Amino acid sequence: MKLTGDKIFKISATIIATSALAILLITGYTLAVGSVPVIQKFGLNFFFGQQWNPIEGKEVFNILPYVLGTLATSGIALLIGVPLSLGIAVFLVEMAPKSLSVPISYLVELLSAVPSVIYGLWGLFIFQFWMRDYIQIPLTKYLGWIPLFSSSQSSLNIFTAGAILAIMIIPTIASISKEVISAVPNSIREGAYSIGATKWEVIHRWVLSYGRSGIFGAIILGLGRAVGETMAVAMLIGNAIGPVAMPISLFQPGQTMASLIANGFLDTTRGSLASSTYIGVGLTLLFISLIINVGAHVVMTRVFKVKGGAVE
Amino acid sequence: MINSYGFRKFKNRFFFIICAMCVVIAVVPLASILFEVVTRGAPQLSLTFLTATASRGGIGPAIQGTLILIGLTSLIGVPLGVLSGIYLSEFGNNKYAQSVRAINNILTQFPSIIVGITAYGIIVITLRSFSAIAGVVALAFIMIPIITRTTEESLKLIPNSIREASLALGAHKWRTTLSVVLPSAKSGLATGVLLAVARIAGETAPLILTIAGSRYFFQGLNKQMAALPLEIWKNSLQSSPTLQAQGWGAALVLILVVLSINIAVRLVSRSRMKT
Repeated sequence: MKLTGDKIFKISATIIATSALAILLITGYTLAVGSVPVIQKFGLNFFFGQQWNPIEGKEVFNILPYVLGTLATSGIALLIGVPLSLGIAVFLVEMAPKSLSVPISYLVELLSAVPSVIYGLWGLFIFQFWMRDYIQIPLTKYLGWIPLFSSSQSSLNIFTAGAILAIMIIPTIASISKEVISAVPNSIREGAYSIGATKWEVIHRWVLSYGRSGIFGAIILGLGRAVGETMAVAMLIGNAIGPVAMPISLFQPGQTMASLIANGFLDTTRGSLASSTYIGVGLTLLFISLIINVGAHVVMTRVFKVKGGAVE
Repeated sequence: MINSYGFRKFKNRFFFIICAMCVVIAVVPLASILFEVVTRGAPQLSLTFLTATASRGGIGPAIQGTLILIGLTSLIGVPLGVLSGIYLSEFGNNKYAQSVRAINNILTQFPSIIVGITAYGIIVITLRSFSAIAGVVALAFIMIPIITRTTEESLKLIPNSIREASLALGAHKWRTTLSVVLPSAKSGLATGVLLAVARIAGETAPLILTIAGSRYFFQGLNKQMAALPLEIWKNSLQSSPTLQAQGWGAALVLILVVLSINIAVRLVSRSRMKT
Protein backbone atom coordinates (compact mmCIF):
# COMPACT_ATOMS: atom_id res chain seq x y z
CA MET A 1 0.00 0.00 0.00
CA LYS A 2 1.40 3.35 -1.03
CA LEU A 3 1.23 6.22 1.39
CA THR A 4 -0.12 9.09 -0.67
CA GLY A 5 -0.55 12.66 0.56
CA ASP A 6 -4.25 12.09 0.92
CA LYS A 7 -3.79 9.07 3.13
CA ILE A 8 -1.30 10.86 5.36
CA PHE A 9 -3.69 13.79 5.60
CA LYS A 10 -6.64 11.62 6.50
CA ILE A 11 -4.70 9.57 9.03
CA SER A 12 -3.24 12.60 10.79
CA ALA A 13 -6.63 14.36 10.91
CA THR A 14 -8.15 11.18 12.36
CA ILE A 15 -5.44 10.91 15.00
CA ILE A 16 -5.82 14.53 16.02
CA ALA A 17 -9.61 14.27 16.10
CA THR A 18 -9.09 11.54 18.68
CA SER A 19 -7.95 14.32 21.05
CA ALA A 20 -11.56 14.77 22.18
CA LEU A 21 -11.69 11.15 23.22
CA ALA A 22 -8.22 11.47 24.74
CA ILE A 23 -9.22 14.50 26.83
CA LEU A 24 -12.23 12.63 28.18
CA LEU A 25 -10.20 9.51 28.98
CA ILE A 26 -7.32 11.44 30.55
CA THR A 27 -9.80 13.36 32.69
CA GLY A 28 -11.60 10.23 33.83
CA TYR A 29 -8.35 8.36 34.49
CA THR A 30 -6.64 11.19 36.39
CA LEU A 31 -9.64 11.81 38.61
CA ALA A 32 -10.22 8.12 39.26
CA VAL A 33 -6.58 7.47 40.20
CA GLY A 34 -6.38 10.63 42.31
CA SER A 35 -9.44 9.78 44.36
CA VAL A 36 -8.47 6.17 45.12
CA PRO A 37 -6.86 6.97 48.53
CA VAL A 38 -9.83 8.83 49.94
CA ILE A 39 -12.44 6.36 48.68
CA GLN A 40 -10.38 3.46 50.04
CA LYS A 41 -10.18 5.13 53.41
CA PHE A 42 -13.84 6.12 53.85
CA GLY A 43 -15.66 3.78 51.45
CA LEU A 44 -19.29 4.65 50.86
CA ASN A 45 -19.18 7.04 53.80
CA PHE A 46 -17.21 9.38 51.57
CA PHE A 47 -20.36 9.96 49.57
CA PHE A 48 -23.02 9.60 52.29
CA GLY A 49 -21.39 11.05 55.39
CA GLN A 50 -21.48 14.65 56.57
CA GLN A 51 -18.33 15.02 58.66
CA TRP A 52 -15.36 17.17 57.72
CA ASN A 53 -12.21 17.43 59.81
CA PRO A 54 -8.92 18.50 58.27
CA ILE A 55 -6.86 18.24 61.49
CA GLU A 56 -3.95 15.87 60.95
CA GLY A 57 -4.34 12.46 62.48
CA LYS A 58 -8.12 12.82 62.84
CA GLU A 59 -8.93 13.52 59.22
CA VAL A 60 -12.48 12.84 58.09
CA PHE A 61 -13.71 13.97 54.70
CA ASN A 62 -17.31 13.21 53.70
CA ILE A 63 -19.04 15.07 50.94
CA LEU A 64 -22.80 14.57 51.16
CA PRO A 65 -23.54 18.22 52.16
CA TYR A 66 -21.79 19.51 49.05
CA VAL A 67 -23.55 17.09 46.69
CA LEU A 68 -26.87 18.20 48.17
CA GLY A 69 -25.71 21.83 48.06
CA THR A 70 -25.06 21.46 44.33
CA LEU A 71 -28.54 20.02 43.83
CA ALA A 72 -30.11 22.78 45.94
CA THR A 73 -28.42 25.70 44.16
CA SER A 74 -29.06 24.17 40.71
CA GLY A 75 -32.67 23.55 41.68
CA ILE A 76 -33.13 27.16 42.74
CA ALA A 77 -31.43 28.29 39.54
CA LEU A 78 -33.85 26.24 37.43
CA LEU A 79 -36.92 27.35 39.40
CA ILE A 80 -36.05 30.99 38.82
CA GLY A 81 -34.21 30.75 35.52
CA VAL A 82 -36.50 28.50 33.47
CA PRO A 83 -39.67 30.65 33.61
CA LEU A 84 -37.61 33.79 32.94
CA SER A 85 -35.83 32.17 29.98
CA LEU A 86 -39.05 30.85 28.48
CA GLY A 87 -40.67 34.26 28.90
CA ILE A 88 -37.73 35.84 27.10
CA ALA A 89 -37.77 33.27 24.30
CA VAL A 90 -41.53 33.66 23.79
CA PHE A 91 -41.26 37.43 23.85
CA LEU A 92 -38.43 37.47 21.32
CA VAL A 93 -40.02 35.06 18.84
CA GLU A 94 -43.75 35.63 19.18
CA MET A 95 -44.28 39.11 20.55
CA ALA A 96 -41.52 41.61 19.89
CA PRO A 97 -41.11 43.34 16.53
CA LYS A 98 -37.90 42.38 14.76
CA SER A 99 -36.33 45.79 15.35
CA LEU A 100 -36.58 45.06 19.08
CA SER A 101 -35.94 41.33 19.18
CA VAL A 102 -32.55 41.42 17.41
CA PRO A 103 -30.83 43.82 19.83
CA ILE A 104 -32.45 42.15 22.84
CA SER A 105 -31.16 38.75 21.73
CA TYR A 106 -27.68 40.27 21.54
CA LEU A 107 -27.98 41.63 25.05
CA VAL A 108 -29.19 38.31 26.44
CA GLU A 109 -26.32 36.51 24.71
CA LEU A 110 -23.85 39.02 26.15
CA LEU A 111 -24.91 37.74 29.58
CA SER A 112 -23.16 34.49 28.70
CA ALA A 113 -19.99 36.31 27.67
CA VAL A 114 -19.46 37.90 31.08
CA PRO A 115 -16.84 35.81 32.93
CA SER A 116 -18.02 33.93 35.99
CA VAL A 117 -15.57 35.71 38.28
CA ILE A 118 -17.09 39.06 37.35
CA TYR A 119 -20.54 37.76 38.28
CA GLY A 120 -18.95 36.81 41.58
CA LEU A 121 -17.42 40.25 42.09
CA TRP A 122 -20.71 41.97 41.24
CA GLY A 123 -22.54 39.53 43.49
CA LEU A 124 -20.25 40.24 46.43
CA PHE A 125 -20.56 44.00 46.21
CA ILE A 126 -24.04 44.60 44.80
CA PHE A 127 -26.29 41.61 44.16
CA GLN A 128 -26.13 40.08 47.65
CA PHE A 129 -27.56 43.29 49.11
CA TRP A 130 -30.44 43.27 46.63
CA MET A 131 -31.19 39.73 47.70
CA ARG A 132 -30.91 40.63 51.38
CA ASP A 133 -33.09 43.73 51.26
CA TYR A 134 -35.82 42.63 48.87
CA ILE A 135 -36.07 38.87 49.44
CA GLN A 136 -34.29 37.56 52.48
CA ILE A 137 -35.44 40.12 55.07
CA PRO A 138 -39.15 40.11 54.07
CA LEU A 139 -39.32 36.33 53.73
CA THR A 140 -37.58 35.54 57.01
CA LYS A 141 -39.67 38.16 58.78
CA TYR A 142 -43.03 36.73 57.79
CA LEU A 143 -42.24 33.09 57.02
CA GLY A 144 -39.23 32.56 59.28
CA TRP A 145 -41.07 29.89 61.30
CA ILE A 146 -40.84 27.52 58.31
CA PRO A 147 -37.39 25.84 58.44
CA LEU A 148 -36.93 26.46 54.71
CA PHE A 149 -36.98 30.21 55.30
CA SER A 150 -35.30 30.34 58.69
CA SER A 151 -32.80 33.11 58.94
CA SER A 152 -29.10 33.40 59.18
CA GLN A 153 -27.57 36.83 59.38
CA SER A 154 -25.49 36.48 56.26
CA SER A 155 -26.73 37.25 52.77
CA LEU A 156 -23.94 35.07 51.39
CA ASN A 157 -26.09 31.97 51.28
CA ILE A 158 -27.59 29.19 49.19
CA PHE A 159 -30.37 31.37 47.83
CA THR A 160 -28.05 34.15 46.67
CA ALA A 161 -25.83 31.58 44.94
CA GLY A 162 -28.86 29.95 43.30
CA ALA A 163 -30.17 33.33 42.15
CA ILE A 164 -26.89 34.30 40.50
CA LEU A 165 -26.82 30.88 38.82
CA ALA A 166 -30.31 31.61 37.52
CA ILE A 167 -29.01 34.75 35.80
CA MET A 168 -26.05 32.83 34.39
CA ILE A 169 -28.13 30.04 32.84
CA ILE A 170 -30.69 32.38 31.24
CA PRO A 171 -28.68 32.85 28.01
CA THR A 172 -28.24 29.08 27.56
CA ILE A 173 -31.90 28.19 28.04
CA ALA A 174 -33.32 31.28 26.36
CA SER A 175 -31.27 31.05 23.17
CA ILE A 176 -31.96 27.34 22.60
CA SER A 177 -35.66 27.72 23.44
CA LYS A 178 -35.76 30.63 21.02
CA GLU A 179 -34.45 28.39 18.24
CA VAL A 180 -36.89 25.64 19.16
CA ILE A 181 -39.85 28.03 19.17
CA SER A 182 -38.87 29.61 15.85
CA ALA A 183 -38.67 26.11 14.37
CA VAL A 184 -42.33 25.42 15.15
CA PRO A 185 -44.07 25.46 11.74
CA ASN A 186 -46.33 28.41 11.05
CA SER A 187 -49.14 26.11 9.99
CA ILE A 188 -49.53 25.13 13.65
CA ARG A 189 -50.03 28.77 14.63
CA GLU A 190 -52.35 29.46 11.71
CA GLY A 191 -54.46 26.42 12.55
CA ALA A 192 -54.82 27.57 16.14
CA TYR A 193 -55.67 31.14 15.19
CA SER A 194 -58.27 29.90 12.71
CA ILE A 195 -60.25 28.23 15.48
CA GLY A 196 -60.29 31.52 17.39
CA ALA A 197 -57.43 31.22 19.89
CA THR A 198 -55.84 34.36 21.30
CA LYS A 199 -52.14 34.92 20.83
CA TRP A 200 -51.32 33.70 24.32
CA GLU A 201 -53.45 30.58 23.86
CA VAL A 202 -51.62 29.82 20.62
CA ILE A 203 -48.27 30.16 22.36
CA HIS A 204 -49.12 28.27 25.49
CA ARG A 205 -51.30 25.44 24.15
CA TRP A 206 -49.76 24.85 20.73
CA VAL A 207 -46.32 26.39 20.25
CA LEU A 208 -44.81 25.51 23.62
CA SER A 209 -46.34 22.07 23.62
CA TYR A 210 -45.07 21.39 20.08
CA GLY A 211 -41.56 22.40 21.11
CA ARG A 212 -41.59 20.76 24.52
CA SER A 213 -38.87 18.18 23.90
CA GLY A 214 -36.52 20.85 22.59
CA ILE A 215 -37.27 23.09 25.53
CA PHE A 216 -36.66 20.13 27.83
CA GLY A 217 -33.24 19.69 26.20
CA ALA A 218 -32.51 23.38 26.72
CA ILE A 219 -33.38 23.07 30.40
CA ILE A 220 -31.05 20.09 30.83
CA LEU A 221 -28.22 22.03 29.21
CA GLY A 222 -28.94 24.89 31.62
CA LEU A 223 -28.85 22.43 34.50
CA GLY A 224 -25.46 21.20 33.27
CA ARG A 225 -24.13 24.72 33.33
CA ALA A 226 -25.55 25.39 36.81
CA VAL A 227 -24.05 22.21 38.27
CA GLY A 228 -20.54 22.95 37.06
CA GLU A 229 -20.48 26.70 37.57
CA THR A 230 -17.71 27.49 40.01
CA MET A 231 -16.44 30.98 40.67
CA ALA A 232 -19.62 33.01 41.16
CA VAL A 233 -21.00 30.33 43.45
CA ALA A 234 -17.75 29.98 45.38
CA MET A 235 -17.76 33.70 46.08
CA LEU A 236 -21.43 33.97 47.08
CA ILE A 237 -22.46 30.77 48.82
CA GLY A 238 -20.84 31.51 52.18
CA ASN A 239 -18.27 28.70 52.23
CA ALA A 240 -19.78 26.46 54.93
CA ILE A 241 -18.00 23.22 55.81
CA GLY A 242 -19.15 20.00 57.44
CA PRO A 243 -22.67 19.14 58.70
CA VAL A 244 -23.68 22.85 58.89
CA ALA A 245 -23.38 22.95 55.10
CA MET A 246 -26.38 20.63 54.74
CA PRO A 247 -28.90 22.69 52.75
CA ILE A 248 -31.88 22.96 55.08
CA SER A 249 -32.76 26.65 54.93
CA LEU A 250 -32.52 28.76 51.79
CA PHE A 251 -30.87 31.55 53.74
CA GLN A 252 -27.99 29.72 55.36
CA PRO A 253 -24.42 29.55 54.08
CA GLY A 254 -23.78 26.38 52.07
CA GLN A 255 -21.28 24.80 49.71
CA THR A 256 -21.42 23.09 46.33
CA MET A 257 -18.95 20.54 44.99
CA ALA A 258 -17.41 23.04 42.59
CA SER A 259 -17.23 25.83 45.16
CA LEU A 260 -15.64 23.49 47.70
CA ILE A 261 -12.80 22.76 45.30
CA ALA A 262 -12.30 26.43 44.41
CA ASN A 263 -12.44 27.62 48.01
CA GLY A 264 -10.35 24.93 49.64
CA PHE A 265 -7.92 23.49 47.16
CA LEU A 266 -5.12 26.05 47.49
CA ASP A 267 -4.74 25.32 51.21
CA THR A 268 -3.99 21.63 50.81
CA THR A 269 -0.60 20.02 50.50
CA ARG A 270 0.12 17.91 47.46
CA GLY A 271 -0.43 14.19 47.89
CA SER A 272 -2.25 14.58 51.20
CA LEU A 273 -5.56 12.92 51.96
CA ALA A 274 -7.21 16.34 51.69
CA SER A 275 -5.99 16.86 48.13
CA SER A 276 -7.23 13.38 47.23
CA THR A 277 -10.59 14.40 48.72
CA TYR A 278 -10.89 17.37 46.40
CA ILE A 279 -10.06 15.13 43.45
CA GLY A 280 -12.77 12.73 44.67
CA VAL A 281 -15.23 15.61 44.75
CA GLY A 282 -14.17 16.40 41.18
CA LEU A 283 -14.80 12.78 40.18
CA THR A 284 -18.32 12.92 41.65
CA LEU A 285 -18.97 16.18 39.83
CA LEU A 286 -17.65 14.62 36.62
CA PHE A 287 -20.13 11.74 36.91
CA ILE A 288 -23.09 13.99 37.58
CA SER A 289 -22.18 16.38 34.80
CA LEU A 290 -21.56 13.50 32.35
CA ILE A 291 -25.00 12.06 33.05
CA ILE A 292 -26.65 15.46 32.57
CA ASN A 293 -24.74 16.32 29.41
CA VAL A 294 -25.16 12.90 27.79
CA GLY A 295 -28.87 13.22 28.53
CA ALA A 296 -28.99 16.66 26.97
CA HIS A 297 -27.07 15.41 23.93
CA VAL A 298 -29.51 12.53 23.39
CA VAL A 299 -32.53 14.82 23.70
CA MET A 300 -31.05 17.48 21.42
CA THR A 301 -30.02 15.11 18.62
CA ARG A 302 -33.52 13.63 18.65
CA VAL A 303 -35.05 17.10 18.50
CA PHE A 304 -32.87 18.20 15.62
CA LYS A 305 -33.75 15.06 13.69
CA VAL A 306 -37.42 15.89 14.16
CA LYS A 307 -36.72 19.41 13.02
CA GLY A 308 -34.96 18.25 9.87
CA GLY A 309 -37.70 15.98 8.64
CA ALA A 310 -41.18 14.80 9.44
CA VAL A 311 -43.35 15.58 12.42
CA GLU A 312 -42.69 13.49 15.56
CA MET B 1 -67.53 33.11 33.21
CA ILE B 2 -63.91 32.03 33.44
CA ASN B 3 -63.66 31.55 29.69
CA SER B 4 -65.42 34.72 28.58
CA TYR B 5 -63.83 36.60 25.71
CA GLY B 6 -63.00 39.52 27.95
CA PHE B 7 -61.08 37.31 30.36
CA ARG B 8 -59.19 35.59 27.56
CA LYS B 9 -58.22 38.97 26.17
CA PHE B 10 -57.10 40.04 29.62
CA LYS B 11 -54.98 36.90 29.94
CA ASN B 12 -53.41 37.63 26.57
CA ARG B 13 -52.47 41.14 27.70
CA PHE B 14 -51.31 39.92 31.09
CA PHE B 15 -48.87 37.36 29.70
CA PHE B 16 -47.54 39.83 27.17
CA ILE B 17 -46.57 42.06 30.08
CA ILE B 18 -45.12 39.09 32.02
CA CYS B 19 -42.91 38.09 29.08
CA ALA B 20 -41.72 41.65 28.61
CA MET B 21 -40.91 41.78 32.33
CA CYS B 22 -38.79 38.62 31.96
CA VAL B 23 -36.66 40.45 29.41
CA VAL B 24 -36.30 43.43 31.72
CA ILE B 25 -35.33 41.20 34.66
CA ALA B 26 -32.61 39.55 32.55
CA VAL B 27 -31.21 42.81 31.19
CA VAL B 28 -31.05 44.60 34.57
CA PRO B 29 -28.14 42.46 35.88
CA LEU B 30 -26.20 42.98 32.66
CA ALA B 31 -26.72 46.72 32.83
CA SER B 32 -25.81 46.81 36.51
CA ILE B 33 -22.66 44.72 35.99
CA LEU B 34 -21.45 46.93 33.15
CA PHE B 35 -22.33 50.10 35.04
CA GLU B 36 -20.58 49.07 38.26
CA VAL B 37 -17.51 47.69 36.53
CA VAL B 38 -17.08 50.88 34.53
CA THR B 39 -17.79 53.37 37.32
CA ARG B 40 -15.75 51.52 39.94
CA GLY B 41 -13.00 50.36 37.61
CA ALA B 42 -12.40 53.43 35.47
CA PRO B 43 -10.88 55.63 38.23
CA GLN B 44 -8.21 52.92 38.71
CA LEU B 45 -6.94 52.99 35.16
CA SER B 46 -3.52 54.57 34.75
CA LEU B 47 -0.25 53.57 33.20
CA THR B 48 1.14 52.50 36.58
CA PHE B 49 -1.94 50.43 37.33
CA LEU B 50 -1.66 48.59 34.03
CA THR B 51 2.08 47.95 34.14
CA ALA B 52 3.36 47.92 37.74
CA THR B 53 3.55 44.95 40.10
CA ALA B 54 1.21 44.50 43.03
CA SER B 55 3.66 46.07 45.47
CA ARG B 56 3.34 49.34 43.57
CA GLY B 57 -0.42 49.01 43.24
CA GLY B 58 -0.61 47.64 39.71
CA ILE B 59 -1.87 44.59 37.85
CA GLY B 60 0.96 44.37 35.31
CA PRO B 61 1.86 40.75 36.10
CA ALA B 62 -1.78 39.72 35.82
CA ILE B 63 -2.19 41.32 32.39
CA GLN B 64 1.09 39.78 31.25
CA GLY B 65 0.05 36.38 32.60
CA THR B 66 -3.30 36.45 30.82
CA LEU B 67 -1.62 37.42 27.54
CA ILE B 68 0.89 34.57 27.92
CA LEU B 69 -1.91 32.13 28.68
CA ILE B 70 -3.92 33.26 25.65
CA GLY B 71 -0.89 33.09 23.36
CA LEU B 72 0.43 29.69 24.42
CA THR B 73 -3.02 28.13 24.66
CA SER B 74 -3.89 29.32 21.16
CA LEU B 75 -0.59 27.90 19.92
CA ILE B 76 -1.72 24.44 21.07
CA GLY B 77 -5.47 24.79 20.84
CA VAL B 78 -5.96 26.39 17.42
CA PRO B 79 -4.07 23.84 15.26
CA LEU B 80 -5.45 20.84 17.13
CA GLY B 81 -8.97 22.22 17.16
CA VAL B 82 -8.94 23.20 13.49
CA LEU B 83 -7.57 19.81 12.40
CA SER B 84 -10.17 17.95 14.47
CA GLY B 85 -12.82 20.17 12.91
CA ILE B 86 -11.47 19.36 9.44
CA TYR B 87 -11.70 15.67 10.22
CA LEU B 88 -15.29 15.93 11.42
CA SER B 89 -16.37 18.02 8.46
CA GLU B 90 -14.40 16.44 5.59
CA PHE B 91 -14.10 12.81 6.73
CA GLY B 92 -16.87 12.79 9.29
CA ASN B 93 -19.42 10.56 7.64
CA ASN B 94 -18.88 7.46 9.76
CA LYS B 95 -19.66 5.93 13.15
CA TYR B 96 -16.31 6.85 14.70
CA ALA B 97 -16.65 10.50 13.72
CA GLN B 98 -20.17 10.53 15.10
CA SER B 99 -18.95 9.43 18.48
CA VAL B 100 -16.06 11.91 18.38
CA ARG B 101 -18.61 14.62 17.60
CA ALA B 102 -20.81 13.55 20.50
CA ILE B 103 -17.88 13.48 22.93
CA ASN B 104 -16.71 16.83 21.67
CA ASN B 105 -20.15 18.36 22.22
CA ILE B 106 -20.18 17.02 25.74
CA LEU B 107 -16.66 18.38 26.39
CA THR B 108 -17.74 21.89 25.40
CA GLN B 109 -20.29 21.76 28.25
CA PHE B 110 -17.82 20.40 30.80
CA PRO B 111 -17.39 22.20 34.14
CA SER B 112 -14.09 24.03 33.79
CA ILE B 113 -13.00 23.20 37.33
CA ILE B 114 -12.81 19.52 36.38
CA VAL B 115 -10.37 20.39 33.62
CA GLY B 116 -8.37 22.23 36.27
CA ILE B 117 -8.19 19.12 38.43
CA THR B 118 -7.08 17.06 35.44
CA ALA B 119 -4.25 19.47 34.66
CA TYR B 120 -3.36 19.42 38.34
CA GLY B 121 -3.24 15.64 38.30
CA ILE B 122 -1.12 15.24 35.19
CA ILE B 123 1.17 18.29 35.36
CA VAL B 124 1.28 19.86 38.81
CA ILE B 125 1.77 16.52 40.59
CA THR B 126 4.39 15.39 38.07
CA LEU B 127 6.36 18.66 38.18
CA ARG B 128 5.74 19.03 41.92
CA SER B 129 4.78 22.68 41.68
CA PHE B 130 2.08 24.92 40.33
CA SER B 131 3.18 26.16 36.94
CA ALA B 132 2.23 28.28 33.97
CA ILE B 133 2.41 25.24 31.71
CA ALA B 134 -0.29 23.46 33.76
CA GLY B 135 -2.55 26.45 33.19
CA VAL B 136 -1.87 26.32 29.46
CA VAL B 137 -2.77 22.63 29.33
CA ALA B 138 -6.00 23.19 31.27
CA LEU B 139 -7.07 26.06 29.02
CA ALA B 140 -6.12 24.08 25.90
CA PHE B 141 -8.43 21.29 27.06
CA ILE B 142 -11.20 23.87 27.17
CA MET B 143 -10.26 25.53 23.89
CA ILE B 144 -9.82 22.47 21.64
CA PRO B 145 -13.44 21.25 21.80
CA ILE B 146 -14.79 24.77 21.19
CA ILE B 147 -12.62 25.35 18.13
CA THR B 148 -13.30 21.84 16.81
CA ARG B 149 -16.98 22.57 16.89
CA THR B 150 -16.88 26.03 15.31
CA THR B 151 -14.45 24.81 12.63
CA GLU B 152 -16.70 21.92 11.71
CA GLU B 153 -19.70 24.19 11.54
CA SER B 154 -18.03 26.80 9.35
CA LEU B 155 -16.49 24.20 6.99
CA LYS B 156 -19.88 22.56 6.54
CA LEU B 157 -21.23 25.87 5.24
CA ILE B 158 -18.84 25.73 2.28
CA PRO B 159 -20.82 24.34 -0.69
CA ASN B 160 -19.67 21.02 -2.11
CA SER B 161 -19.43 22.50 -5.59
CA ILE B 162 -16.31 24.37 -4.47
CA ARG B 163 -14.64 21.14 -3.34
CA GLU B 164 -15.69 19.41 -6.56
CA ALA B 165 -14.33 22.23 -8.69
CA SER B 166 -10.95 21.90 -7.03
CA LEU B 167 -10.92 18.09 -7.27
CA ALA B 168 -11.93 18.32 -10.94
CA LEU B 169 -8.86 20.44 -11.60
CA GLY B 170 -6.82 17.49 -10.37
CA ALA B 171 -6.00 18.73 -6.87
CA HIS B 172 -5.64 16.14 -4.14
CA LYS B 173 -8.11 16.10 -1.29
CA TRP B 174 -5.56 17.47 1.18
CA ARG B 175 -4.69 20.25 -1.21
CA THR B 176 -8.36 21.00 -1.76
CA THR B 177 -9.03 21.13 1.94
CA LEU B 178 -6.03 23.25 2.89
CA SER B 179 -5.92 25.69 -0.03
CA VAL B 180 -9.55 25.90 -1.11
CA VAL B 181 -11.95 24.93 1.66
CA LEU B 182 -10.09 26.45 4.63
CA PRO B 183 -9.52 29.87 3.00
CA SER B 184 -13.17 30.05 1.95
CA ALA B 185 -14.18 29.49 5.56
CA LYS B 186 -11.64 31.85 7.05
CA SER B 187 -14.04 34.36 8.59
CA GLY B 188 -15.97 31.58 10.26
CA LEU B 189 -12.73 30.10 11.56
CA ALA B 190 -11.58 33.47 12.88
CA THR B 191 -14.91 33.98 14.63
CA GLY B 192 -14.57 30.62 16.35
CA VAL B 193 -10.99 31.28 17.44
CA LEU B 194 -11.85 34.73 18.80
CA LEU B 195 -14.83 33.46 20.76
CA ALA B 196 -12.70 30.68 22.20
CA VAL B 197 -10.05 33.24 23.21
CA ALA B 198 -12.71 35.37 24.89
CA ARG B 199 -13.93 32.31 26.75
CA ILE B 200 -10.53 31.19 28.07
CA ALA B 201 -9.49 34.76 28.95
CA GLY B 202 -12.20 34.81 31.60
CA GLU B 203 -11.75 31.27 32.93
CA THR B 204 -10.83 31.37 36.60
CA ALA B 205 -11.53 28.04 38.23
CA PRO B 206 -8.94 25.97 36.32
CA LEU B 207 -6.27 28.59 37.05
CA ILE B 208 -6.69 28.24 40.82
CA LEU B 209 -5.52 24.65 40.55
CA THR B 210 -2.77 25.22 38.02
CA ILE B 211 -0.99 28.60 37.88
CA ALA B 212 -2.14 29.55 41.41
CA GLY B 213 -1.30 33.26 41.11
CA SER B 214 1.88 35.21 41.74
CA ARG B 215 2.97 38.69 42.78
CA TYR B 216 5.72 38.91 40.19
CA PHE B 217 6.10 39.10 36.45
CA PHE B 218 6.57 35.92 34.40
CA GLN B 219 9.38 33.80 35.82
CA GLY B 220 9.31 30.71 33.65
CA LEU B 221 6.89 28.10 32.40
CA ASN B 222 7.47 25.91 35.43
CA LYS B 223 6.76 28.66 37.97
CA GLN B 224 3.55 30.09 39.38
CA MET B 225 2.04 32.91 37.37
CA ALA B 226 -0.49 35.70 37.79
CA ALA B 227 -3.62 36.17 35.64
CA LEU B 228 -6.41 38.73 35.49
CA PRO B 229 -9.28 36.50 36.65
CA LEU B 230 -7.25 35.28 39.63
CA GLU B 231 -6.39 38.87 40.50
CA ILE B 232 -10.08 39.80 40.51
CA TRP B 233 -10.96 36.81 42.65
CA LYS B 234 -8.21 37.38 45.22
CA ASN B 235 -8.79 41.13 45.49
CA SER B 236 -12.55 40.72 45.89
CA LEU B 237 -11.98 38.68 49.05
CA GLN B 238 -9.72 41.31 50.66
CA SER B 239 -11.09 43.69 53.25
CA SER B 240 -8.92 46.64 52.20
CA PRO B 241 -10.88 49.08 50.00
CA THR B 242 -7.73 49.85 47.97
CA LEU B 243 -7.29 46.21 47.01
CA GLN B 244 -11.01 45.85 46.29
CA ALA B 245 -10.81 48.86 44.01
CA GLN B 246 -7.88 47.24 42.22
CA GLY B 247 -10.08 44.19 41.75
CA TRP B 248 -12.69 46.36 40.01
CA GLY B 249 -9.97 47.88 37.85
CA ALA B 250 -8.82 44.41 36.81
CA ALA B 251 -12.45 43.47 36.14
CA LEU B 252 -12.80 46.47 33.84
CA VAL B 253 -9.73 45.43 31.84
CA LEU B 254 -10.96 41.83 31.57
CA ILE B 255 -14.51 42.75 30.60
CA LEU B 256 -13.25 45.22 28.00
CA VAL B 257 -11.22 42.44 26.38
CA VAL B 258 -13.97 39.83 26.52
CA LEU B 259 -16.90 42.01 25.50
CA SER B 260 -15.06 43.84 22.73
CA ILE B 261 -14.15 40.47 21.17
CA ASN B 262 -17.76 39.35 21.45
CA ILE B 263 -19.21 42.53 20.03
CA ALA B 264 -16.65 42.72 17.23
CA VAL B 265 -17.37 39.13 16.23
CA ARG B 266 -21.08 39.82 16.24
CA LEU B 267 -20.73 42.92 14.07
CA VAL B 268 -18.44 41.15 11.61
CA SER B 269 -20.64 38.09 11.23
CA ARG B 270 -23.67 40.35 10.82
CA SER B 271 -22.17 42.39 8.02
CA ARG B 272 -21.01 39.15 6.40
CA MET B 273 -24.55 37.85 6.30
CA LYS B 274 -25.80 41.08 4.79
CA THR B 275 -23.42 41.12 1.84
